[in-house]
Amino acid sequence: MTKSIQELQDEIVDEFSLLENRDDVYEYIIEIGKKLPDLSEEHKTNENLIKGCQSKVWLVAHLDEENNLVFEGDSDALIVRGLVSLLIRVLSGQSPEAILHCELYFIEKIGMRQIISSSRSNGLTSMIKQMKLYALAFQTKIERAKI
Amino acid sequence: MPVTERIPEIVHFDVERIRQDFPILHQTINNKPLVYFDNAATTQKPKQVIDALVNYYTTMNANIHRGIHTLAERATFAFEETRETVKTFLNASSTEEIIFTKGVTEGINLVASSFGSAFINKGDEILISAMEHHSDIVPWHFVCEAKGAILRIIPIDEEGDIIYEELEKLVNKKTKLIALAHASNTLGTINPIEKVIKLAHSYGAKVLVDGAQSVSHIDIDVQKLDCDFFVLSSHKLYGPTGVGVLYGKKELLNAMPPYHGGGEMIKEVTYEKTTYNDLPYKFEAGTPNIADVIAFKSAIDYINTLGKKNIAAQENLLLSYGTEVLSSIPGFRIIGRAKEKVSIISFVVESIKSTLDIGMYLDTQGIAIRTGHHCTQPLMTRLCIEGTARASFSFYNTKEEIDRLRIGIEKAIKLFS
Repeated sequence: MTKSIQELQDEIVDEFSLLENRDDVYEYIIEIGKKLPDLSEEHKTNENLIKGCQSKVWLVAHLDEENNLVFEGDSDALIVRGLVSLLIRVLSGQSPEAILHCELYFIEKIGMRQIISSSRSNGLTSMIKQMKLYALAFQTKIERAKI
Repeated sequence: MPVTERIPEIVHFDVERIRQDFPILHQTINNKPLVYFDNAATTQKPKQVIDALVNYYTTMNANIHRGIHTLAERATFAFEETRETVKTFLNASSTEEIIFTKGVTEGINLVASSFGSAFINKGDEILISAMEHHSDIVPWHFVCEAKGAILRIIPIDEEGDIIYEELEKLVNKKTKLIALAHASNTLGTINPIEKVIKLAHSYGAKVLVDGAQSVSHIDIDVQKLDCDFFVLSSHKLYGPTGVGVLYGKKELLNAMPPYHGGGEMIKEVTYEKTTYNDLPYKFEAGTPNIADVIAFKSAIDYINTLGKKNIAAQENLLLSYGTEVLSSIPGFRIIGRAKEKVSIISFVVESIKSTLDIGMYLDTQGIAIRTGHHCTQPLMTRLCIEGTARASFSFYNTKEEIDRLRIGIEKAIKLFS
């Protein structure tokens, strides 16, 4: 059974609490970013680009057989790949409804704001917004299909 | 030619003592000493400038030009003293030619709007180079759209120099204005503006020189250059933000309509019409940024005390050292290899796709550089790159700091592989 968004966030917060300083947090996110699977070239289109980032960020989504939302993402910047990877870990495989109603507290708790200051966090905010927009769009699609 | 041969009267530059004048440099970022290599974005301020600001608000804050009381006189005197200092600094012929603005961007917008409305007509041509900053592109788009004029682009070569032979082909009788960076904020290229000005004038075209990146590195003599307009920003010249200067030849400025309307720039106002004040006040509507204009004088005085030739020599040393040391990093590629450059090194690293990664990692090491398109998106397109990482040096930077940059980049390469 899939873990809930809250459980996944708590897991991440626990992992990061073992890191001692900002350098370690940063390097850990880079390592996570390296492990994110590359998005296939056919998905790296302008339509899938997230606006508001200094680097290129692509995000795609589709529904699986259980009507849960599956996200894939990529970026030319490793630090951003790390963030995308964390967001995907928390939100991918969840129902659109759960995504729409969740509060993403793990970002603050792992000290992300120290790494991604307000001027850079536009990209992060845009990513989360886009994921929620996908959730809304797919939720609407599901409801229409029921009618 | 080694820099010591080009500049024979180098005075020993006591960097450590000079750094004591800049309080902000002595802090740690993420527990590492700050290395400030973002001077092309903005320069740090010596104590003298900071003290001048405090002194203004403590002893002479008052509105200027109209008040008759003592504080107003003190403030007015100090404000106009800065104007006189700037006039000397640029070797302008008169203080009427020195207009205070918010910065280079406002200066260019002023010329585009005012010169544009008086002198640019349908079918006229405005030339800019392919390396211009957005502030020296967008205002010209406005004019061209409003007047039906055409914007043409002076091409650059792979090293980052303008192709002068192409410029010669572009200039013609319809060219009304050439707007050109004296030095490129992204590439560091110093453009041959004296040559360009002579060429433009032979066709009756005017020239606006964007001095944002040159004024802190190169001696400016507007009469010798014979430029029609020259713009600079105080905050890139060790002065406060929010202040800039537009230099314009008197005859031109007199022939141009005002830019903003309001107090200060008027002679007489009735409900039916307004008559305008003389230069330079015609172009200075409203209460100016008094405190920062006054503090700006302290920045220019500070530069003059150090000596622009000494500053240039020191920065050239840093540029040469940086170029040599950083080029030895495997996969390191400098973007902008003109023969004549100000102390800016833009670069990409082969194994690190995104300059954001480079910049963010260096920040964790206490090193401040800039990444991205540097407000020169058309230039990035021309060079077929997304962006660069840029280190820009000032006279208070050191070789040791450049060594730290090298180490930081090498560590980044290891981390991201």
